[in-house]
Amino acid sequence: MTTVTDAPPLAPAPAPKERPPRRRGRLTPYWLLLPGLLWLVVFFALPMVYQASTSVQTGSLEEGYKVTWHFATYWDAVADYWPQFLRSIAYAGTATILCLLLGYPLAYLIAFRAGRWRNLILILVIAPFFTSFLIRTLAWKTILADGGPVVGALNSLHVLDVTSWLGVTAGDRVLATPLAVVCGLTYNFLPFMILPLYTSLERIDGRLHEAAGDLYAKPFTTFRKVTFPLSMPGVVSGTLLTFIPASGDYVNADLLGSTDTRMVGNVIQTQFLRILDYPTAAALSFILMAGILAIVTLYIRKSGTEDLV
Amino acid sequence: MALLRWLKSRLVVIAGLLTLGYLLLPNIVVTVFSFNNPKGRFNYEWQQFSTDAWTDPCGVADLCGSLSLSLQIAGWATLGATVLGTMIAFALVRYRFRARGAVNSLIFLPMAMPEVVMAASLLTLFLNLGAQLGFWTILIAHIMFCLSFVVTAVKARVMSMDPRLEQAAQDLYAGPVQTFVRVTLPIAAPGIAAGALLAFALSFDDFIITNFNAGSTVTFPMFVWGSAQRGTPVQINVIGTAMFIVAVLFVLAGMVIGNRRNRQKA
Repeated sequence: MTTVTDAPPLAPAPAPKERPPRRRGRLTPYWLLLPGLLWLVVFFALPMVYQASTSVQTGSLEEGYKVTWHFATYWDAVADYWPQFLRSIAYAGTATILCLLLGYPLAYLIAFRAGRWRNLILILVIAPFFTSFLIRTLAWKTILADGGPVVGALNSLHVLDVTSWLGVTAGDRVLATPLAVVCGLTYNFLPFMILPLYTSLERIDGRLHEAAGDLYAKPFTTFRKVTFPLSMPGVVSGTLLTFIPASGDYVNADLLGSTDTRMVGNVIQTQFLRILDYPTAAALSFILMAGILAIVTLYIRKSGTEDLV
Repeated sequence: MALLRWLKSRLVVIAGLLTLGYLLLPNIVVTVFSFNNPKGRFNYEWQQFSTDAWTDPCGVADLCGSLSLSLQIAGWATLGATVLGTMIAFALVRYRFRARGAVNSLIFLPMAMPEVVMAASLLTLFLNLGAQLGFWTILIAHIMFCLSFVVTAVKARVMSMDPRLEQAAQDLYAGPVQTFVRVTLPIAAPGIAAGALLAFALSFDDFIITNFNAGSTVTFPMFVWGSAQRGTPVQINVIGTAMFIVAVLFVLAGMVIGNRRNRQKA
């Protein structure tokens, strides 16, 4: 006979009705956790198991799929789609770096220079979230349109000549080129960079800046030796929050790009929803997941912020 | 030279404001083009000023239906994720128990996973179970991915709570329920509200996971996605602009109320 208190964690124990109300049971945390964790186990962890088994199945939609431990699907997926994988990493990486370069000044501005405008600027950073991101991404089609003001300005400054030579634009077009996709990715994930940066910058004691100044550090030296190192937790979580979703995104590549800018997300989506080749799609998403986990682990190790994330 | 020096001293401010402009540019375009009267099916080129779309926002077939479906799903997903997430957050902050680390990583993982991976794996589950894709599968998916964000938001608030406030309440003979309702919950409320708001925004805006698990059900983001292929009605811009304005007003109202309360306390 197991008593209530001896029951293993998460086991469905009898309802603790007879317990005196004042005594907080040792089981309380498990009762609090149970429904939410069950949800995550059934609809997050279990699906991963199903996907793993799908990725080693063979068969067809008509005859049904069977687990045959057919690991070759993974090799075929890599062999067929390595350009899309590389592109995903390259686009997401570029977008992340651009987000950091663009987002840092704004986060710094909000944290240290905005004064009574601080809350208003924060609202303006968050509020676009409420306009559906698809609508905003479609707006980029208007902004970057052929013959539009942006393309015109870039053309008259001969920027497009250089970028076309580099292969990120094509002729007089920005739409349907890698530049447009990276621009969309940068735009879409910028708030995910700004907010963690702002949180970590805001925690910095202003007196440290004064102290650095008192010790004859120039503003840039203060930034390099004091502000930036102290904002590292924000930099790490911001870059992760930008890179991970950007590498799996297929919306920007679909709306702003062309068939030459397809990312791995596009391939997974097509395989799953149009071609209905479930094993290949499952294998592709596992490779993506493993790749990202590897990059993230390496990155966290390198940046030495394991305890900060 | 003076100008150059002035620019140099304001470099951060200028760069920051430029980024803000980059962030807001699409919203400005969306607003301007909500007053457009486009020729043809797509609303990408400026033609003529018109307020037609504003006077008739539901004038396009299925648009308002998809909007109300998205609002319903977001409402239920927010409720579900907030209740489940708040419970988890309290358990994690207030209690020591075995497997705490494992629980923490299970909460963290959905946030660190590309959406397309979660979307695809959830679809394999539903396909294997033979589940009918639609409202319920969307709701299940939304509660799943909003949960972690609610836990994180509530945890941050509960962690900064002073446990002595609750001890004080108990010293004054408040029962556990009374303590929770009158002391704990009001203090945790901003965190819970932030989590709920985040869940609502995430659910309402989600496209990738919904795209995989919706079957033939059309939420608002899916309507927009479809319209990018078939032709974009101006009404989409009207809804987008209205959402932006409502969000700003909401937050401003919240700030005004917060300020007034702080002043009353002082």
